[in-house]
Amino acid sequence: MYLYDAIDQSLVDQRVEQFHDQVRRRMAGELTEEQFKPLRLMNGLYLQLHAYMLRVAIPYGTMSSHQMRKLAHIARRYDKGYGHFTTRQNLQFNWPKLEEMPDILAELAEVQMHALQTSGNCIRNVTADQYAGAAADEVADPRITAEVVRQWSTLHPEFSFLPRKFKIAVTGSPRDRAAARVHDIGLIIKSDEAGAMGYQVIVGGGLGRTPMIGVTVHDFLPKRHLLSYIEAILRVYNQAGRRDNMYKARIKILVHALGAEEFIRRVNAEWEAIRDSAVDLPAGEHDRIAAFFAPPRFEPLAKHDALFARYRLEDREFAQWARTNVAPHKQPGYDIANISLKPEGGIPGDATAEQMNAVAAIAERFSFSEIRVTHEQNLVLPHVRQADLYDVWQTLRSHDLATPNLGLISDIIACPGMDYCSLANARSIPLAQDISKRFADLKQQHDIGELKVKISGCINACGHHHVGHIGLLGVDRKGEEYYQITLGGSADENTSLGEIIGPAVSYDNVVDAIETITTTYVGLRTDGESFLDTYRRVGKEPFKETLYAAH
Amino acid sequence: MATQVISANRLGDGLVVYMTDGSGWSERIADAHAVTDKEAGEAAMAAARAAEVARLVVEPYLIDIDESGGERRPTRYRELIRAKGPTVRPDIGKQAEL
Ligand code: HEM
Ligand code: SF4
Repeated sequence: MYLYDAIDQSLVDQRVEQFHDQVRRRMAGELTEEQFKPLRLMNGLYLQLHAYMLRVAIPYGTMSSHQMRKLAHIARRYDKGYGHFTTRQNLQFNWPKLEEMPDILAELAEVQMHALQTSGNCIRNVTADQYAGAAADEVADPRITAEVVRQWSTLHPEFSFLPRKFKIAVTGSPRDRAAARVHDIGLIIKSDEAGAMGYQVIVGGGLGRTPMIGVTVHDFLPKRHLLSYIEAILRVYNQAGRRDNMYKARIKILVHALGAEEFIRRVNAEWEAIRDSAVDLPAGEHDRIAAFFAPPRFEPLAKHDALFARYRLEDREFAQWARTNVAPHKQPGYDIANISLKPEGGIPGDATAEQMNAVAAIAERFSFSEIRVTHEQNLVLPHVRQADLYDVWQTLRSHDLATPNLGLISDIIACPGMDYCSLANARSIPLAQDISKRFADLKQQHDIGELKVKISGCINACGHHHVGHIGLLGVDRKGEEYYQITLGGSADENTSLGEIIGPAVSYDNVVDAIETITTTYVGLRTDGESFLDTYRRVGKEPFKETLYAAH
Repeated sequence: MATQVISANRLGDGLVVYMTDGSGWSERIADAHAVTDKEAGEAAMAAARAAEVARLVVEPYLIDIDESGGERRPTRYRELIRAKGPTVRPDIGKQAEL
């Protein structure tokens, strides 16, 4: 894992001091709310429906057990005993007090954590594939790139007041688990025939009010040019992006307005001027950062562990969990264990302090103390010996953390919605809970197979509904909660945006509608065909018919 | 005009509060000072803004309430959730504590 050097630590410590003073001045009346608001937002502190909300950065979703224990401690000591893991691989606390914020930030800084780049029109925390450094299909570890970008972007003076927020995602696998195509910049690491590394650079994806899939502006950018090239992109955006209309300020609108060709032309013109300057990272610095992400000391093991195979035969529940929640690792004898934060009827992404401590303890014993947060609001133990999976599973199960539903219909992304968020039109969480209860029968879930339901409480799309196989968007109909249904979205390497299939349905009818959709799919699918493939083959008509015929 | 009360978030801890008769602030909507006409609403808002300047609360605003059921309830669902707490966590927030 990356460890702070003196520069990182003093930057974070200085920020704690600064904010301490700003809070003091606010409480003493030297700052008005208007003056204070941008300052608190720069430290991840929002004001939400019930209270303040603190967003803690977990850069590229990687953290240590030590940091997880600190989050558990903060949840207990300063909040109400729980936290919410989000689609941005961050953690949100829902009840922190302004008065205690300096203490909270100081505690975070003790474990090299902070809330920088979690808000405002800056380059936000870079997100990455949660299987980084572990996935069997990985070309290169995306965390090295993500960390390079983090160091370059943190408090970057030129890019601290962009037209709008800016989100970068990195993946190092052909299988896109980081939703690279719906970010402002998506970077996909590739290797050419000679084995040299480079990036496919995708720009102008995004969700929100105007969802768009990013366009590839460079097929293969040699690795050494990364920073100068994205700096060129940011410059074009910073100069030409719209500042007059918040809804048209994201880079996707600029790319769309100029057309991909003109946009690329401008980026290249800008790049010519800086590509051989000091912006790019010297090779030595790259290697220094890369060293932090060296693989842990894996034991030499056989490819398939006999004990693991035996437990799967003997214990059906374990076998079911292993089938859905365990993914192949690049190191023989190791696997990746996913921890579902979507128990039946639970709140997607919520974890209690007790659960956080349990995960930390398991990571210490079985996964080199490493933990990942996924953009699908789950956790990951990246490096588990196959021989230990049975123990891991049993321990997880005793903390209600072993629901075998990864990628299934109950593994739902839901934004906080009207239960917490001041911008919401409707609630998101209780719908997720109701859907997971309706489909509580795991046999049925497995029969339906991979199905991603994503729910947002308003058009800002924090719940990624546009790229859900089934997407739900909360709308306000004369004070009543209604939900628009989209079908056929996807955020993987074949990204697509969902299509609205008809009039919005009322809160009480949503779960029935979901069941109608899955029943329709089951009736239409060919052998082994997933929901998404079926939808892509038959289109929306059959679903529209069954869904709206009855009403 | 609908009956209204003033709500805001308390500066120090961010919790939802309502302005009471004596220009104080309470976590309970039942304690709130209700107004029924525009002038009274404006006067109450002036007092609330003064409380903002005095660093007691942030972002005060008027909300519509309904008292017909004997219990005082905000008419907008959003405000009802603010008055009670997250619907998905009946064990926390005002609904559990007051
Ligand atoms: C609760 C307080 C929150 C507020 C006030 C908020 C606000 C917003 C706004 C205004 C946008 C639209 C930005 C734009 O398109 O320019 C947005 C987008 C987004 N937010 Fe949130 N959000 C909140 C919570 C969350 C949470 C909990 C998550 C993670 C689960 C999240 C992740 C995202 C994502 C992924 C997008 C859309 C992707 C994009 O276009 O960049 N937000 N949010
Ligand atoms: S999608 Fe809307 S309701 Fe949901 S968290 Fe984002 S801003 Fe709030």
